[in-house]
Amino acid sequence: MSNRPGQSHQLRVGDRPLIKYSLIGITLLLTILLLVVPLISIFQQALVEGVGHYFASLLEGDTLHAIGLTLFVALLTVPINLVFGVMLAWSVTRFEFPGRKLLMTLMDIPFAVSPVVAGLLYLLLYGNNGWIGSWLYDQDIQLMFAWPGIVMVTVFVTCPFVARELIPLMQQQGREDEEAAVILGASGWQLFRRVTLPNIKWALIYGVILTNARAVGEFGAVSVVSGNIRGETNTLPLHVQLQYEDYQAAAAFASASLLALIALITLLFKAYIEWHQEKLMRNESDQEKQVAK
Amino acid sequence: MSILIDNISKHFGSFQALSPLSLDINEGEMIGLLGPSGSGKTTLLRIIAGLEGADSGRIQFGDRDVTNLHVRDRRVGFVFQNYALFRHMTVADNVAFGLEVLPKSKRPNAAAIRKRVMHLLDMVQLGHLAQRFPSQLSGGQKQRIALARALATQPEVLLLDEPFGALDAKVRKELRRWLRGLHDELGFTSVFVTHDQEEALELSDRVVVMSNGHIEQIDQPGDLYASPNSRFVFDFLGNANVFDAQFSQGKWQNNVASLQLPDEAPKTAGQIYLRSHEFHVSSVATEQAFLPLKVVAINLIGAEVRLELTPIDWHSDHIWEVDLPHKAFDKHCFEKGQTVFVTPKAGYFFANGQATPQPVYW
Repeated sequence: MSNRPGQSHQLRVGDRPLIKYSLIGITLLLTILLLVVPLISIFQQALVEGVGHYFASLLEGDTLHAIGLTLFVALLTVPINLVFGVMLAWSVTRFEFPGRKLLMTLMDIPFAVSPVVAGLLYLLLYGNNGWIGSWLYDQDIQLMFAWPGIVMVTVFVTCPFVARELIPLMQQQGREDEEAAVILGASGWQLFRRVTLPNIKWALIYGVILTNARAVGEFGAVSVVSGNIRGETNTLPLHVQLQYEDYQAAAAFASASLLALIALITLLFKAYIEWHQEKLMRNESDQEKQVAK
Repeated sequence: MSILIDNISKHFGSFQALSPLSLDINEGEMIGLLGPSGSGKTTLLRIIAGLEGADSGRIQFGDRDVTNLHVRDRRVGFVFQNYALFRHMTVADNVAFGLEVLPKSKRPNAAAIRKRVMHLLDMVQLGHLAQRFPSQLSGGQKQRIALARALATQPEVLLLDEPFGALDAKVRKELRRWLRGLHDELGFTSVFVTHDQEEALELSDRVVVMSNGHIEQIDQPGDLYASPNSRFVFDFLGNANVFDAQFSQGKWQNNVASLQLPDEAPKTAGQIYLRSHEFHVSSVATEQAFLPLKVVAINLIGAEVRLELTPIDWHSDHIWEVDLPHKAFDKHCFEKGQTVFVTPKAGYFFANGQATPQPVYW
């Protein structure tokens, strides 16, 4: 087959203008309708009764409490899952043990199962009538319908994020760096702090950002175990729903706008990290090319 | 420091990676572990380092038993096949690592560490690259840095896993010579793993040939080449052409092909292993040998010309290779497709059922 220049690009599969532009057009249209318009309308609805009202509704007692509780839950959840995720990723990538594959599958349960089901399970186990819950009740410890329960389900729902980011990276990097460090005399902690951690730093930050975003926004599981006690166990997403059901549409949208803002910040962070990593990789390959010259 | 390996064995699941084997390495010696992949050479190296535990047996450095000593405390230098340089640290920080993780009581102060690092970098002739990152180095430079890093803590044992595997031929040759020089100068004991027979023969004081998890032969390079003690070693060191012979009518025969027996040769059937440069080639048969072959390829390889030959009316499992000096080749001007007759000058005879060969000369 002849490959005349100027014609070759037309031979590429699926590169006909009609298909190309209609696909791009439809994708853009759907993105605008499904993502951009709702996002803008959140802020528009939130501000519909004026900026003053917007801030007044955010500063209202129950809303402030919901914001505080949400941040508090995230503050506990993120470090717990950070440590747990690193431990999990380390054990499945650095050790061989029976059930390793199973563990990697089980890890995804929080993604696979509906958060409401997770909430119900926790309620069944730790509620005042549950197996563990009834014993705890005798010790005067209440987990469900209180902040510990909210933290527990949030930890459950967000636990795969960190490990999921780390595992492919750590598998790809292998254990040679760590073996080299130990041969050179590094202790376990020196090894982790000076070799492993710098190698996984960016993936770890990314995992934390995702964990945080989900912890702040979780609704289903939290709504089951929180009991929706206004000013006590109401997180921000639950608060949005309560306000909306109370016909305080503008206030509900004001609270929702905070969640949307957090989502936007998360996306910005994610974009920055991806840009940063691409830059790193580009630099490396550039330098390798230069060295080759 | 001498290394004593006594009855070491290892299996992974049902795979026997090392059958019990023993090896004595003298102080200051450079030992090459040579074998095909899967022969257990890397496993043995990792067991010496302490990166793998052995199932049985004992390892001693000098008169210190290190069998149950943790890698961290064995104080060996190890160079990985892919160098395993820490990518987020500069070259200088990489080299300094082994010194900086020393416990406070033994750690030199910052200035002393810096001085030692510069000294090591000068020794590997890369002082000017101290502030670069590993990704900015070429393969040969990475190799030298990996070596400098391994030597920073002044180990008495240096272990190298396929040290030149990932480098191109020219750099490999240079680095080999340089490593040998460094070894002689600093006097540590080295063990390296390779699958390249040329590398093993050129670099080592003694070569340990391994296959299927056991040691086939331990010898100095010259002796190994001159007197291989098994078919495997013969095959692995240089190309072997095998003549599978019946003994009849006072000759070694294979269909139409035949070979006169040298005086001292045993009068039985067996295989004659012939090295590719131990032949005369001509267009007519000789009294000593009737080995008709067809030229299927002519390759110019540096100082020699290699003929690839297939048997005519007799059988061999593999293509025969015969190397000729240019002068001999030019005299005859062999062409592809032509029939030639080869006459061996020397070879090794493995009588059927015998594991060790007997040299034969015509």
